[in-house]
Amino acid sequence: MAQTMTIHLKVWRQSGPDAKGKLVDYTLENLNEDMSFLEALDVLNEELIKKGEDPVEFDNDCREGICGSCGLMVGGIAHGPMKATAVCQLHMRHYKDGDTIVVEPFRATAFPIIKDLVVDRSAFDRIIAAGGYVSVDTGGAPDANSLPIPKEHVDEAFDFATCIGCGACVASCPNASASLFTGAKVAHLAHLPQGRIERKERVVRMVDQMKAEGFGDCSNHGECEAVCPKQISIAAIAKMRREYLRALFG
Amino acid sequence: MAPRIKHDKPGLWSALASPIGKKVLTGITGFAWAGFVILHMAGNLSYFGAGEAYNEYAHKLLSTGPLLYAVEIVLLICLVIHAILGVNIYLGKRRARKQGYDAYRSAGRPGLQSPSSRTMLLTGVVLLVFLVIHLKSFKFGPGIAEGYSLLVDGEPIRDLKRLVTEKFQHPIYAFGYTGVMVLLGFHLRHGVWSALQSLGAMNRRLTPLIYGIAALLAVGIAAGFVVLPLYIYFFAP
Ligand code: SF4
Ligand code: FES
Repeated sequence: MAQTMTIHLKVWRQSGPDAKGKLVDYTLENLNEDMSFLEALDVLNEELIKKGEDPVEFDNDCREGICGSCGLMVGGIAHGPMKATAVCQLHMRHYKDGDTIVVEPFRATAFPIIKDLVVDRSAFDRIIAAGGYVSVDTGGAPDANSLPIPKEHVDEAFDFATCIGCGACVASCPNASASLFTGAKVAHLAHLPQGRIERKERVVRMVDQMKAEGFGDCSNHGECEAVCPKQISIAAIAKMRREYLRALFG
Repeated sequence: MAPRIKHDKPGLWSALASPIGKKVLTGITGFAWAGFVILHMAGNLSYFGAGEAYNEYAHKLLSTGPLLYAVEIVLLICLVIHAILGVNIYLGKRRARKQGYDAYRSAGRPGLQSPSSRTMLLTGVVLLVFLVIHLKSFKFGPGIAEGYSLLVDGEPIRDLKRLVTEKFQHPIYAFGYTGVMVLLGFHLRHGVWSALQSLGAMNRRLTPLIYGIAALLAVGIAAGFVVLPLYIYFFAP
C-alpha cells in the first residue's frame, strides 16, 4: 500500500495578465505518495471545483517529460528539486509528510503570465522561427543513409536536440536569459550538414530575436544546466558564441 | 557554393551590442585586467627580494615611458568598457524579470552559481573605488620631491618601498587592502572561467577542469596580494 501524506501548498494565484497575484495557502490530505506533482494539483483542482472555486491553471500535456508544456517553480527550483526531471515526472514520494511547497509560475518579462501558473512562452517559438530551421531538397525523399555524419557529431547534435523548450532555463536564470534554449537550438543544427546554408544567418537571427524578446544577458551562472530536464550542457552556450563569432569573422 | 545572405551579417556596432558581443567584450577586457593584476602581484612580491629589487622594479616600469602610457590607456579603456557592460547587464536583468520569486533556490551542481557569481557587480564596484584610492596613495602619492627618494648608482629614484611600508603599518590600510584583495579573489573566481565561457572557449570536458583551475588561480592571486600588507603590519620593523 502506498503511503498517504499531507502537503501544504502555497500557490501563486493571478486571475489574468494584468491582475495582481498572490500566494494562496492550500492543504492537501491523504495524497498518494506515488502521485506526480501535477496529479496532486489535479486533486487540489477537484476540491476547488467541488467548492465552486476557480481551479488553478497550469500548463501540461504529455505528462511523461517529453513535450515541454509543463513548467513550474516548485520550492524555488524550476521543475522542482529532482535533477533531469520535468515537473510532470516529479513524484510526491520525494516529499515528507507535512512539507510546505511554494508553487510559482516561471517568471520573466518575456514570459508574461496568462493566468495563475500559466505563462506565454511564444517568445521561444519566435526565436525558433527566426532561424531554427533547415533548407531541404525538394523531390523524392533521399535515402536515409545517403548523408554520412560522424558519430561524435550525431551524438553532440542529439544531446542538444533533446531540448523540449520548457523554459526552465529562463525561469531559473538569475538574469532571465534564454541563452541555454537558444544555444541548444544553434548548437544542435551547427553539428549537422543539413542546414549548413543558413549556418551564419541562423545564429545571428536567433540571437537578435532572443534580444528583441527582452530576455536578459547571460552571466554564466550555469543555473540553467542544473534545472534543465534534459540536462543540456552550457557547452551549448559556448558553441552559440563560437558560431556567432564565426558568422562575424568567418 | 552556398549563397551568402549578406544583409544578415551584423555591423560591428550591433554585433558588439548583441548579447554575444557584450559577453565577448566583458571577457576580453576582464582578461586584460586579470593579466595586469598578475603582473602587479609579481611586482608586489619583489618587496621580499634582495636589496632594492622593489624600488628598482618600480623605477624600471616608470622608465618605459610611452609604453607604460600606452598600457595604461588600454587598461583605462578596458576598465570603462568592462564597467559599463557590467552595469548594462545588471540593468538588463532587472528589466528581464520585473517581479522576482517569493521562493528561489539554486539547484546546485552542475550549475556554477556561487556567492562569487552573484556578487560580480558589488565586488566590481568595491574594486573600482579601491582603485581610485590606491592610485591616489601610491601612483600619485608622495615621491622624490616629498623626500621619498634614494640613490641607486648615483641616481635618485623614488623610494616606493618606504612609502608602502609606512602605509601598511596603518591597520586601516593593511586590513582594508587585505579585505579588498579577498574580494578581488571572489571577482576572479567567477570572472576567469566565465570569460573563457564568454569567448566560447569551453566545452563539456573543459568546463569542470577550467572551473577548478580558476578557483586555484583566484585563491593564488588573492594570497599573493595579502602577504605584503600582512607581513608589513605584523613583522616589518
Ligand atoms: S534548454 Fe532545457 S530547460 Fe531550457 S527550454 Fe530546453 S529543455 Fe527546457
Ligand atoms: S507535460 Fe509534457 S513534459 Fe511535462
